Amino acid sequence: MTSPRKAVALISGGLDSMLAAQVILEQGVHVEGINFFTGFCVEGHTHAIRKHEGAKPKRNNALWVAEQLGIKLHIVDVVEEYKDVVLNPKHGYGAHLNPCLDCKGFMVGQAHRWMEENGFDFIITGEVLGQRPMSQRRDTFPIIARESGAGDRLLRPLCAQLLPPTLPEREGWVDRERLLKFSGRSRKPQMALAAQFKISEYAQPAGGCCFLTDPNYTRKLQDLWRTGAGKHYELDDIMLLKVGRHLRPRPHFKLIIGREEGENNFLEGYRRQFTHLRPASHNGSLALIDGSADADDIRLAARLTARYCQGRDEASVRIEVTEKDGRAYELDVAPFTSEEIPREWHL
Amino acid sequence: MSEHTLDARNLLCPMPVIRTQNKIRTLADGDTLKVICTDPGTLSDIPAWCRINGHSVLDTQKGERELVITIRISKGAA
Repeated sequence: MTSPRKAVALISGGLDSMLAAQVILEQGVHVEGINFFTGFCVEGHTHAIRKHEGAKPKRNNALWVAEQLGIKLHIVDVVEEYKDVVLNPKHGYGAHLNPCLDCKGFMVGQAHRWMEENGFDFIITGEVLGQRPMSQRRDTFPIIARESGAGDRLLRPLCAQLLPPTLPEREGWVDRERLLKFSGRSRKPQMALAAQFKISEYAQPAGGCCFLTDPNYTRKLQDLWRTGAGKHYELDDIMLLKVGRHLRPRPHFKLIIGREEGENNFLEGYRRQFTHLRPASHNGSLALIDGSADADDIRLAARLTARYCQGRDEASVRIEVTEKDGRAYELDVAPFTSEEIPREWHL
Repeated sequence: MSEHTLDARNLLCPMPVIRTQNKIRTLADGDTLKVICTDPGTLSDIPAWCRINGHSVLDTQKGERELVITIRISKGAA
């Protein structure tokens, strides 16, 4: 008896990749999942950072999908390798700083490498022809296959019948007739297939999974590149952009102010790396000063911190300031009124 | 069979899961691994990863700030 062919499935945690894996599992192929952590994933960290009162329990959707499918999942840290995709996308950005085509090529390329190292036969993705303006088009699909190195070992089960047969189809590893021909942006075919597979619960499908498509996030990333030491980043930089209010009152520093308990807890972990402020006379959030700030700047930052604490309407609020070297002191300041905070300070 | 510890404090999911996965690759069947975390998300993610990959969660301790998850490695399933 020959052992079944083996496919590695890119699992995002959304519906499409879940369905693609299930379609191939139904054909008796051994499937294992792979999921990449780039640092820009909306999942995971964001759920950990924000406190969700009464919300659904925290979970990693890729892990949850793998468990529902009964497949193994390999989570790969690609934070370092992914930087080049974000900083120098060969095919450019989408509407924001989303390098979708380069990103897909990169991920399929990583999956291809994993496939070869682990003795698997082909790669599957949940891509649907015409669903995405940049990476899921008839003319860009071959680019992904070529640039990733996967070539025709890349199978897209949800739209395979609309594409030329790939190696797994030609070799009979999978039955092309049992693959699908989904196209376009409608979600109805996916939802119907999910119902057929008796999949009733799934994360919001496709889109919204990457901070690089979020205009609020990318505005802050562009500000980081403009005001910092140029176009580069470390993981901590991009993590902090996900958290809190960011106000830049001066070109040489910005203030990151927690918005709720979960964010404050997260920012606490960074406080030793930054001069930080917190209200001493009232309840309020922790604020980090990112950049260099002199005494006038710190007083300004203290007034902003006071604005976002429970003493915002008081004449004076006492703010505790702790410098990076651990030296601490207190300042009594008048909170800014909302009218005094120029709109352009908000990133 | 030996006991190991992984410090995954101050890491946010999925990093503790990734570190656990990578550490387990280096361990032997029957070994135990104690993962110390601070992200509450690990309480669901690490057991989910273990279920998927055939390892057993022996114990979960939830302290004021830290969580300790003890795993028995099963290389037969992994």
